[in-house]
Amino acid sequence: MAATTHHHNPDVNYINEFKGIGSWLTSLDHKRIGLMYMISVLTFFLFGGIAALGIRLELFSPGQTVMTADQYNQFMTYHGAIMVFMVIVPGIPAILGNFFLPIHVGAKDVAFPRLNLLSWYVFMVGALMGIATLFMHKVDTGWTFYTPYSIKTSGAATMMVVAAFIMGMSSILTGLNFIATVHKLRCPGMTMYRMPLFVWAIYSTAILQLLATPVLGITLLLLAAERILGVGIFDPALGGDPVLFQHFFWFYSHPAVYIMILPAMGVVSELIAAFSRKTIFGYTAIAYSSLGIAAVSFFVWGHHMYVSGQSETAGIVFSFLTMLVGVPTAIKMFNWLATLYRGSISFQSPMLFALGFLFLFMIGGVTGIMLATLAVDVHFHDTYFVVAHFHYVMVGGTLMALMGGFYYWFPKMFGKMYNEGLARVTFVFIFIGFNVTFFPQFILGAMGMPRRYFDYIPAYESLNKISTVGSWLIGIGFLISLYVIIDGLLRGKKAPANPWGAKTLEWQVPSPPPHTNFHHDPVVTAGPYEYR
Amino acid sequence: MSTVESHASHEHHFAHHFKSADHEFLTSKQGIWLFMVTEILMFGGLFVAYFIFHHIYPGMFAEGAKSLDWRMGFGNTLVLIFSSFTMALGIHQIQKGHNKKAVLSLALTILCGAIFMVVKYFEYTHKFHLGLYPGKYLDVAKVGAEHANLGMYFGFYYLMSGMHGLHVLIGMALIAWVLFRTMRGDFHSHYYTPVEGVGIFWHIIDLIWIFLFPLLYLVG
Repeated sequence: MAATTHHHNPDVNYINEFKGIGSWLTSLDHKRIGLMYMISVLTFFLFGGIAALGIRLELFSPGQTVMTADQYNQFMTYHGAIMVFMVIVPGIPAILGNFFLPIHVGAKDVAFPRLNLLSWYVFMVGALMGIATLFMHKVDTGWTFYTPYSIKTSGAATMMVVAAFIMGMSSILTGLNFIATVHKLRCPGMTMYRMPLFVWAIYSTAILQLLATPVLGITLLLLAAERILGVGIFDPALGGDPVLFQHFFWFYSHPAVYIMILPAMGVVSELIAAFSRKTIFGYTAIAYSSLGIAAVSFFVWGHHMYVSGQSETAGIVFSFLTMLVGVPTAIKMFNWLATLYRGSISFQSPMLFALGFLFLFMIGGVTGIMLATLAVDVHFHDTYFVVAHFHYVMVGGTLMALMGGFYYWFPKMFGKMYNEGLARVTFVFIFIGFNVTFFPQFILGAMGMPRRYFDYIPAYESLNKISTVGSWLIGIGFLISLYVIIDGLLRGKKAPANPWGAKTLEWQVPSPPPHTNFHHDPVVTAGPYEYR
Repeated sequence: MSTVESHASHEHHFAHHFKSADHEFLTSKQGIWLFMVTEILMFGGLFVAYFIFHHIYPGMFAEGAKSLDWRMGFGNTLVLIFSSFTMALGIHQIQKGHNKKAVLSLALTILCGAIFMVVKYFEYTHKFHLGLYPGKYLDVAKVGAEHANLGMYFGFYYLMSGMHGLHVLIGMALIAWVLFRTMRGDFHSHYYTPVEGVGIFWHIIDLIWIFLFPLLYLVG
């Protein structure tokens, strides 16, 4: 470990300094842990993606075609549970956050490296428990585990719920680590206002992970207790209240929606500044709007329950509060657009994904305002309009940013360049495929097609066919991305330290970085985006 | 990786990513406090559920609380408060360099935890003996309950006190760990971070019990 600090051999880096699988599985290096998360999350993404393709294939035609109704419910449940708990929630924070947050603030590691490794193991235990239910009685509750059905189903819901609880613990530990790192490990000169906006976004996310996830934990334990002991808290037959489950569940899961999108906003801030070669517009506004979104997110959960029988007054209050989220979100949007204005924009693949994010997230956000409107939501509730809305946010937003971030930081993580032409092709497939898949679902929802059903009336057939074809385009796009990654790893040219000419700290160290990140302890004298 | 453990030396070797031992201490302490926030929020969920159903079924909760022996709960409360004192004393003694005295204080703290758990064991077995099981396992006719959903009260009772008891056990194990390390000479007046961290955990667990005691035993 001390070797790199004494003589700086440029060929020694965090990947090749220690060898063997054991050196990875016991590594306390945040960069290696980030890569371990990357491998696991990408594997789970493959599972979740296959489930999604299965859902769309069944919906290609009305009636039963490739699977039974029960199997469809299981596909839908695993698609949702895997994508939420194992892909999008850990995705950007645990992979890119782990790798770059410490370097961004000029630290040698996260505050608690052993805790960081532990959180990967905890995550894997939870994820494998969740996957193991595939070999038991498959779960068919949907990822939200709504009572009373989740109490009664014969599927292995208890095991799945415990798995989600364990993955929640991992999420808490990661968040805790990041908060302490940002508070305590910034290098000399790295004031809060000199941190990259990616760090601000991950920091806001970490606060949400820390405050919201314990409530999900206890909710899921109560559900497990309900199934095992029949306590009756959520069971109307015993004087309990199934809607209370929804309150508890969304008290976590709505902030969790921002756990999923805030890190993406952080990535996009980095990409837009770097590829516009311009100081980001409204740094403080973007930084504080992340915290603003995090704060408001705790008071909007009731918008999932407009038609669950909560009082009209509550509905009106939640409707107003939900629209409030639009304010900090729009602040970000305008600042990104203002950054683009008169920038020296280059359309490299990461930037394409960032611009794709702006388009798709815009649609996702505005339809969110429509759904926040009480009267409109009564019509749209539980239709494909909602499905399209949150996919525009989660896939069009988070996944686009994750892809852009992967390409942007690939040279730094692996020290290799990838095939830029092919990377642009993946963008074309994913962007077009995404819109072909999900835009028709807005129309289907407005026409009244309910979500989660395995069958539909013939009037919905043509739009469903278009949607399914779109899902194939997305699938092809991700297959090509997989090729781009493997090809880059095997045959990529050696990457320079700073291929994009960006200003944040990770680009000032070699690619890939040395084990302790910096050969000399960094001292920061300027902001992260001082391009001109 | 880097050396967190140092044997009887007064120079504590802090981990490589910190500037100084003090920097490491303050960061670790912040980490512990952040974790305590999550503990409180997790129990907070249980408290909210408790208050909602207590509001709907005050009579049922009163009936449930009546079958608990408040003297047992009160005695346990005193035991835990005393254990908080011995824990704080132990940290103070290590800070002053009196490691032998600290070992005694920590051992007393574990003993208090053990007394608490033994009392809980007798309470639980007595309830089981009377057929006061949680949820669907409580036979209303057999125990002659006035309220048909008395099982819900005992659901709360076993979940809340059980969750708390689990934390007491974990706390005892952690204190045993720092006790062992104190005896081995790992800690001294310049390095006692794990003892302080475990102490914070123990105080929070005691604090949660101080809320649980009136809610479970005295309500009605």
